[in-house]
Amino acid sequence: MPTDRPKGSLDAEMFQKLVVRKWKVSLTLAAIMLVAYYGFILVLAFAKDVLAYKIGEHLTIGIPVGMLLIVLAWVLTGVYVFWANSSYDKSVKDVLKSMRRD
Amino acid sequence: MDQIVTSIGQPNITSIVFFLFFICATLVITYYAAKKSRSASQFYAAGRSVTGWQNGLALAGDYMSAASFLGIAGLVSLRGYDGLIYSIGFLVGWPIIMFLIAEPLRNLGKYTFVDVVAYRLSQKPIRIAASIGSLMTVCFYLIAQMVGSGSLIMLIFGMPYELAVVIVGMVMIMYVLFGGMLATTWVQIIKAVLLLGGATLMVFLILLHFGFSYGEMFKQAALTYGDGVLSPGGLVTNPWDALSLGIALMFGTAGLPHILMRFYTVPDAKEARKSVFYATGLIGYFYILTFTIGFGAMVIVGQDVIAAMDSGGNMAALLLAEATGGTVFLGFIAAVAFATILAVVAGLTLSGASTLSHDLYVSVFRSGKSSEEEEVKVARIATLGLGVVAIALGLAFKGQNVAFMVGLAFAIAASANFPALLLSILWRNFSTFGAALSIGTGTTLAVGLIIISPTVWVDILHNPMAIFPLRNPAIISMTAAFAAGYLGSKLRPDPEASRRYEEQKIRNYLGVGAE
Repeated sequence: MPTDRPKGSLDAEMFQKLVVRKWKVSLTLAAIMLVAYYGFILVLAFAKDVLAYKIGEHLTIGIPVGMLLIVLAWVLTGVYVFWANSSYDKSVKDVLKSMRRD
Repeated sequence: MDQIVTSIGQPNITSIVFFLFFICATLVITYYAAKKSRSASQFYAAGRSVTGWQNGLALAGDYMSAASFLGIAGLVSLRGYDGLIYSIGFLVGWPIIMFLIAEPLRNLGKYTFVDVVAYRLSQKPIRIAASIGSLMTVCFYLIAQMVGSGSLIMLIFGMPYELAVVIVGMVMIMYVLFGGMLATTWVQIIKAVLLLGGATLMVFLILLHFGFSYGEMFKQAALTYGDGVLSPGGLVTNPWDALSLGIALMFGTAGLPHILMRFYTVPDAKEARKSVFYATGLIGYFYILTFTIGFGAMVIVGQDVIAAMDSGGNMAALLLAEATGGTVFLGFIAAVAFATILAVVAGLTLSGASTLSHDLYVSVFRSGKSSEEEEVKVARIATLGLGVVAIALGLAFKGQNVAFMVGLAFAIAASANFPALLLSILWRNFSTFGAALSIGTGTTLAVGLIIISPTVWVDILHNPMAIFPLRNPAIISMTAAFAAGYLGSKLRPDPEASRRYEEQKIRNYLGVGAE
């Protein structure tokens, strides 16, 4: 696999911080998705009457909950993109700059 | 029910015109793409020239199959709320792709996800193992799509099954063979726009019918079919079944080779992540549309009519199109369904051909020593071969119940592809032996357990009792694949691979050296 070795030496501490921060954000967002989705599945499996609770004359709470899950999935990806574009990319640039300096 | 007034199943001038227009437009694109598709990077990855927004549309195009459009709308029309459970399962894998896979995949690989798995490990054994997982996923998905397309087109246009399968196969081969990834991408984009546009228009017509009130639509559904259609019904009976299917759908999405391959068409990790955001939004919007279409069909067309046309409800969306927009709209939606099938099989075939050529021929058979012309030539031969195999399988499985193969493809993707991919990205001490063991375990268990599960053992082979109780094996097979990866790596560590992890990390997080 051809790889350009970085020219300067890496600021190991700065880089490690970046990696840790990336996974903190990624795993937090992934955890929200997992909890929301598997929570939904578990309610379906063990207490589906909860989702049949009526919030209108006929409308059940299950329908807005399902829609919200779909919207949540999208919003979470949006949060990640916003964070990565504004914060992560900047940190990557800083690490690369510090590598080029030496 | 013998008094259904519909022109479904008869040749429809509008649909033929729309369909021919689609074929002509996509073949013109293929012609222009063919001039550019000479290099390997052009053939496999459209020269990495696709923008985040375009790739988002193309990802959505690759993922929204005719089965999910007609199938989920049909399921909702007959079962109500339960259909929504499927839609949600198919969507929640996308955030997982975003948070765990997309950027490392883009930065570490070249043309296939196997590149990433094999990045630090011994090339030959890993390429072979990962290719098997990849090809099995593609093949099962492809069979399900081909058989589904044949029966759908037979139902929609009244065309013989065999002719439909051959047409789909031939047109798809033309796209991929001549136009490579560039043509395939544009086919996906056009299809996504048509499908989303058509479904949006249909929802507009439904809402027009109900005075733009979802409440009115739900009310009429509940008054006719009972309040049960608005709450979870009998789809989820066994909690472990629900959990296992949920795992297969969520992590299987993050292991589908034809989806993962699309990330190499964008220039960098930033565009890759943007494309997941757009794709997730488009697919989520699409599932909200299909949910609405399902309820619209339930009320406007009626469950008895839908079930009489096709017991699975697959014709619900088409019957609704006819009821709300006449034969012209029916023709349009039928043509869109045909286009949808073509686009999905094209994406699958390209991904299978890339693995055969890039991962097996070049990396294993020629030990990485092959000229670019040779690689593209082999990829084209592989495309032709896979296309012919797809047609043959489509004909061989005529009339068979192949719906389970989609679940199987997702189970293999979640068990063979996803664990190896994730561990190779995240775990320094993941070894060659561990990866091979993980992929082998995941594939064997996914396939083996589904055969002895109620899905195949009872429904297809008609045995009285299943040996394995769950309908989808992912909860066992994926867990076992992770465990096998861990144990294998502990038993036979790979010091060289662990040493190269630092270099992989720099490329992964900073994009240094990414191709």
